[in-house]
Amino acid sequence: MGSVGAKDVPVLLSPEGLRIDGRKLDELRPIHIEAGALHQADGSAFVEWGANKVMAAVYGPREVHPRHLQQNNKAVIQCRYNMAAFAVDERKRPGLDRRSQEISKVIAEAFESVVFAEEYPRTSIDIYIEVLQANAGTRCAGLVAASVALADAGIPMVDLLPAVAVGKIGGAIALDLKKEEDNYGEADLPMALVPQSGRLVLLQMEGHMTEDELAQSLDLGVTGCRAIYEKMKLALRERYSVAPVPGGSA
Amino acid sequence: MLVLPGEEIQSHGLKPGPGTYRVGGKVYASILGLLAPRPPFVQVIPLSGRYIPKPNDVVIGTVTDVQTTFWLLNIDAPRWAPLHMTGTPWKVDIGECERYLKVGDAVVVQVENLDATGRIGVTMNGEGLGKLEGGTIVTISPARVPRVVGRSGSMIQTITRHTGAQVAVGQNGRIWIGGSPEAIHRVSAVLWMIDEDGQRPGLTERVESYLLATMPTNAAGAEAPRPESAHRDAPPAPGLPDDEEDGAPEPNDSPDEPDPDPT
Repeated sequence: MGSVGAKDVPVLLSPEGLRIDGRKLDELRPIHIEAGALHQADGSAFVEWGANKVMAAVYGPREVHPRHLQQNNKAVIQCRYNMAAFAVDERKRPGLDRRSQEISKVIAEAFESVVFAEEYPRTSIDIYIEVLQANAGTRCAGLVAASVALADAGIPMVDLLPAVAVGKIGGAIALDLKKEEDNYGEADLPMALVPQSGRLVLLQMEGHMTEDELAQSLDLGVTGCRAIYEKMKLALRERYSVAPVPGGSA
Repeated sequence: MLVLPGEEIQSHGLKPGPGTYRVGGKVYASILGLLAPRPPFVQVIPLSGRYIPKPNDVVIGTVTDVQTTFWLLNIDAPRWAPLHMTGTPWKVDIGECERYLKVGDAVVVQVENLDATGRIGVTMNGEGLGKLEGGTIVTISPARVPRVVGRSGSMIQTITRHTGAQVAVGQNGRIWIGGSPEAIHRVSAVLWMIDEDGQRPGLTERVESYLLATMPTNAAGAEAPRPESAHRDAPPAPGLPDDEEDGAPEPNDSPDEPDPDPT
């Protein structure tokens, strides 16, 4: 579907309003979520989102290591987002880099806004996110996987946290950018929503947008998050219900 | 009814209890679990997650640290549980804790109290509590422990009756099994069956048919279950005649005999 325009930059938006993978501007990539994929962890989830493959594991609440990080009145939330060396085309050097540290920080802070941490003083809730295959939007896929894993682990929260990235491609606002759109587009806006309150607990932006475009992006992103929210709930119901779930994923 | 975090609960005037929270006059679930009205409260019973200690629970723990006057036990709860040296039937001197329990030892203890800082006080003084020797510990989800015990103990009695094993059930999801290797294996299989598939209807029938199907037959052909009195510390019975092994002829070489034909 994609054709290459001038200077080898792919044409991200066709005159008919279709993207390089045939999606319309407000369409999500196919998403499949499996809750409880890892038996050893207290909670876990595996997310396939477009070509992304992300695994999240939650351990806790448990004793804090190192000890000096513990808080007297609540649990600390520690998150480690990491990309496997084989997750991208050009081998990514193993280990945490600045990008991973930033993503770990914003994801931990997003969960601090929704987890009832005061119920478990002097403990740690440890979230591990491993990206096994990356195709843009991995921090959103990781956040979604971690949110399902936290529910699987029985951690008390205000709500699940659906997340998605909105972007600008060929001048138009588009939902859920894939790799080429992220690389060659004009802006990328990942966000995470608390459906119960309608508030955002993660919002970052790279690139350029006008105020109007930002408002449009937030609307589109919230709509996308609400659709992803339903998929997250379905994954958890499939894992925990006794009877077969109507409308279960193929 | 299964509820998920963030889902609104019809409280019908009940007050928000464990597993729920209230915002703006509406009550929502905070954990994944089963909605359970318990007037005057409505609560959500967790279907997953770590063991949350309650006073008087009997749990199985493993020693993770030894200090001068106490041990720290891992009981799969959010925090480790300190066992003070005075909470044991032994007369332990200060600094002598290591002699009685080492890192890695398994014990049965009872939860005494929980304080506001999250400290879990446990004691080993009491009937049925103490150090565990031998056997195996299987870990299942704490949410499944009630099904392992069964109504009035019916499930655990079925298990011990058909296997002759000794079983100690910890409310924290840890279960100690003592007995012959084959009894331990069969009990473990039943526990995993309950853990993985416990919510599907017909669990009792599936457990019973598994235990009957795997009932061992000894050389005499008897199918009676083994007696339950096997002491958990007793070594395996000394060599019974082994029917399957051929009486292999003794090797003929006698290295100690002098060479009959010295050169």
